[in-house]
Amino acid sequence: MGYVIQGETGDWELVIGLEVHAQVTSKSKLFSGAATSFGAEPNTEVSLVDAAMPGMLPVINEYCVEQAIRTGLGLKAQINKTSVFARKNYFYADLPQGYQISQYDQPIVGEGTIILDMKDGSTRTIGIERLHLEQDAGKSLHDQHPSKSFIDLNRAGTALMEIVSKPDMRSPEEAAAYVTKLRSILRYLGTCDGNMAEGSMRCDINVSVRKAGEPYRTRTETKNVNSIRFMFQAIEYEARRQIDLYEEGGEVVQETRLFDANKGETRSMRSKENAHDYRYFPDPDLLPLVLSDEEIAKVKASLPELPDEKKERFMRDYQLSNYDAGVLVADQESAHFFETVAKGRDPKLAANWVMGDFFGALNRLGKEITDPPVTAANLGALVDLIADNTLSGRLAKEVFELMVETGKAPGDIVEERGLRQVTDTGAIDKAIADVLAANPDKVAEYKSGKDKLFGFFVGQVMKATAGKANPALVNDSLKKQLG
Amino acid sequence: MSELTNLTIADARAKLAKGEISAVELTEAHIQAMEAARGLNAFVTETPDLALERAREADAAQKKGEAGILSGIPLGIKDLFATEGVRTTASSKILENFVPPYESTISANLKKAGAVMLGKTSLDEFAMGSSNMTSAFGPVISPWKRKSNSNAQLVPGGSSGGSASAVSARIAMGATGTDTGGSIRQPASFCGIVGFKPTYGRCSRWGTIAFASSLDQAGPMTRTVKDAALMLQAMAGHDPKDSTSANIALPDFAAAMTGDIRGLKIGIPKEYRPDGLSAEISKLWDDGIEMLKAAGATPVEISLPHTKYALATYYIVAPAECSSNLARYDGVRYGMRVEGKTLDELYAKTRAAGFGQEVRRRILIGTYVLSAGYYDAYYTKAQKVRALIAEDFRKAFETVDAILTPTAPSAAFGLGETNDDPVAMWLNDVFTVPASLAGLPGISVPTGLSSEGLPLGLQLLGRPFDEETVLKVAGVLESAAGFKATPNGVEI
Repeated sequence: MGYVIQGETGDWELVIGLEVHAQVTSKSKLFSGAATSFGAEPNTEVSLVDAAMPGMLPVINEYCVEQAIRTGLGLKAQINKTSVFARKNYFYADLPQGYQISQYDQPIVGEGTIILDMKDGSTRTIGIERLHLEQDAGKSLHDQHPSKSFIDLNRAGTALMEIVSKPDMRSPEEAAAYVTKLRSILRYLGTCDGNMAEGSMRCDINVSVRKAGEPYRTRTETKNVNSIRFMFQAIEYEARRQIDLYEEGGEVVQETRLFDANKGETRSMRSKENAHDYRYFPDPDLLPLVLSDEEIAKVKASLPELPDEKKERFMRDYQLSNYDAGVLVADQESAHFFETVAKGRDPKLAANWVMGDFFGALNRLGKEITDPPVTAANLGALVDLIADNTLSGRLAKEVFELMVETGKAPGDIVEERGLRQVTDTGAIDKAIADVLAANPDKVAEYKSGKDKLFGFFVGQVMKATAGKANPALVNDSLKKQLG
Repeated sequence: MSELTNLTIADARAKLAKGEISAVELTEAHIQAMEAARGLNAFVTETPDLALERAREADAAQKKGEAGILSGIPLGIKDLFATEGVRTTASSKILENFVPPYESTISANLKKAGAVMLGKTSLDEFAMGSSNMTSAFGPVISPWKRKSNSNAQLVPGGSSGGSASAVSARIAMGATGTDTGGSIRQPASFCGIVGFKPTYGRCSRWGTIAFASSLDQAGPMTRTVKDAALMLQAMAGHDPKDSTSANIALPDFAAAMTGDIRGLKIGIPKEYRPDGLSAEISKLWDDGIEMLKAAGATPVEISLPHTKYALATYYIVAPAECSSNLARYDGVRYGMRVEGKTLDELYAKTRAAGFGQEVRRRILIGTYVLSAGYYDAYYTKAQKVRALIAEDFRKAFETVDAILTPTAPSAAFGLGETNDDPVAMWLNDVFTVPASLAGLPGISVPTGLSSEGLPLGLQLLGRPFDEETVLKVAGVLESAAGFKATPNGVEI
């Protein structure tokens, strides 16, 4: 049984579809040469075209087209060799042309798929309905003046990819996994930086509820959800609201709703009756976008190894579990870091160190993998010291912490601090003999059946050797000596 | 002075090249003519100082042997072309004080060729009209008068009425026009001059204020076919800033006028001779056919069966595009603004005050035909018919080399003589609209006078990007017709 919400009239299933607006990574805008850097002074990255001056005409940015093709291929989707730009007409102060150039019935990318790896080890395949290219609008700033709104056109004309999923998700977790996976793919491809906080990836959520086995019921669209946490809240709130409505004998109306992050709730923005009539029609300023097989093949040849393929390779070549491989390939930097550590070494050991102590240190220090506290080469050297028995696992942890602190190579730390593990059986035997001699009563108790004391003896031996004794040798020898 | 203003561009070029006249002299003569003829209201903005500055530059270039193809030639520029630092209004209140910080490709090309801009010529507001009466700055008057009633003021046609009036009245040697459904050809016919709309895509639309993007095309308005060829040579060419601009090499347009049309087949479309066609226009057309026949061409009756749907199609497509193109005039960033309590009120007040009646009418029609529930019945169907009209021409051009038709159904009408029926006004474009929908090159050549002594033109249409054949035939027609009449108000 999947995710359900219990209502008074029984269990309800969620149906979720997502429209993700991903800002295309590009130095210039979709139809003008203006720059697109984040955080520029208002209205400093605006061309005559972006400001919709009289007589200005759009010219397609071929790099943005290439990025859309790349994304389509990354989503295993159909690339449409002919697509058409259309005008979506509406008036708003931050929409200079009075229309947005978008794609309507002939998008550049058709159906594709995204595979989700769920935490419980299962996988889900989510359909992609389409991907189309469109211009972003500018920004209206309503908090700069008591009675006026200010307009910043820097964002106006920036290229967006609208990636529309099929209504294939059934829980907030799946929706979150979808956005996470999509973001991972986009980042691998280098087609969108996926930064939700800066607004370069934005999500509109379509939610409806139904009883098991029913056809789809009426859906609502919630806009303005700019983090995965808010997405959870918005979906849960919206589903609960719809269930309550049905159970009170009401109906859900098809409408656009807005997520209020402060209150954690959605509220009505406009109903279907008040919905804009966008009067889409093909933009007569632009010819249909026609792609050749060669152009598509060229982009295809330049695709990087994508998360799914990388994960399979990691499972195959490094014998990693589905889960471990999934974690390591979530972003290219982690995967690359792991591969550097694992090269020529025990991959399982390398994976444990990367995902364990190393990721732990990143989290603790709030650092990104692009600025690691321990380099992959040094972590690899540490793994080597474990493999050749220079360090025990316990010593290795100590050395790792010193590496984080000092940034030094593990070999240097071992030498400086004399942390090399003791593998001399004579020295270990002697230490054990001393411990046993000093604790005759405990030896007697052990021999009379108190097995738990074995750990006590190990601890005492380790203490006596300043933690440097090889634990396996200590165990072996101790067992022998205790008879 | 009148001698200078009556020169053709071709003659003036020769005299300038030989040093017989200077560009400054030529320009001064035209500036005087412009001032003397202010009663015609042909210009929205006069730029005499700028003109003289350019004329001096042209003289300097001539001395250095660096004269461009139109060096020192005084021209009118339709006020739909953005001109850097010179206000550009589209004859609309909403852009009354708009001064662009950029130069349209067409006016830039002319400038590069050495042309001298006398000023910005008036037009129907946003190029919407066939009379130049919808300009926010008052109607333009034709220099022509009827024999019978010389007091009646006549319209110059539209939308390029200011350009037509100025060229006809010898204020400018040539002028730019734009043609969406006949806006170059119809006023050329009304004013007894040559007006040439090249193939859609031949001239860049960048910096030209848009009316209907899939139809708008710039072209020259001159007193001779040769002058039109020279001017087009300077205006046309591929522009990477306009995605619909054709990347096709420019031929030598003037060189195409060999005078030899022997063996060419000239299509005579039967659908262009409706029952109500005036005897005068019918005869003009027949005379034209005879002239081409005498020159060795063969007239061939052809059928363009979807002609009757052209006007209806045009009045769906053009308003649809204009309703979207004119959305940018919202009072937010430039142009007129009338404040309101809310954003919607600002829009409504600004656009109500800024746009005239005809523009508002077309925006409303365009919005309607694109609306949900009506889109398929109007816009989609119009697109289908448009394709059929283009197909009619394509088939016809399998057998003929050019097509000859009247340009307009009548001679110029008087300023106060039209009733308020907009459809009656739209009928002016009945012969010009089909070629616009098909994107074909079309030229109007003056070939005769009406019984009232008013000029009448014939239209020649050609295959896409075959301006050369159009010019070749037009040159022969022009010579054969020997149209020498000048407006009665103009001293030659």
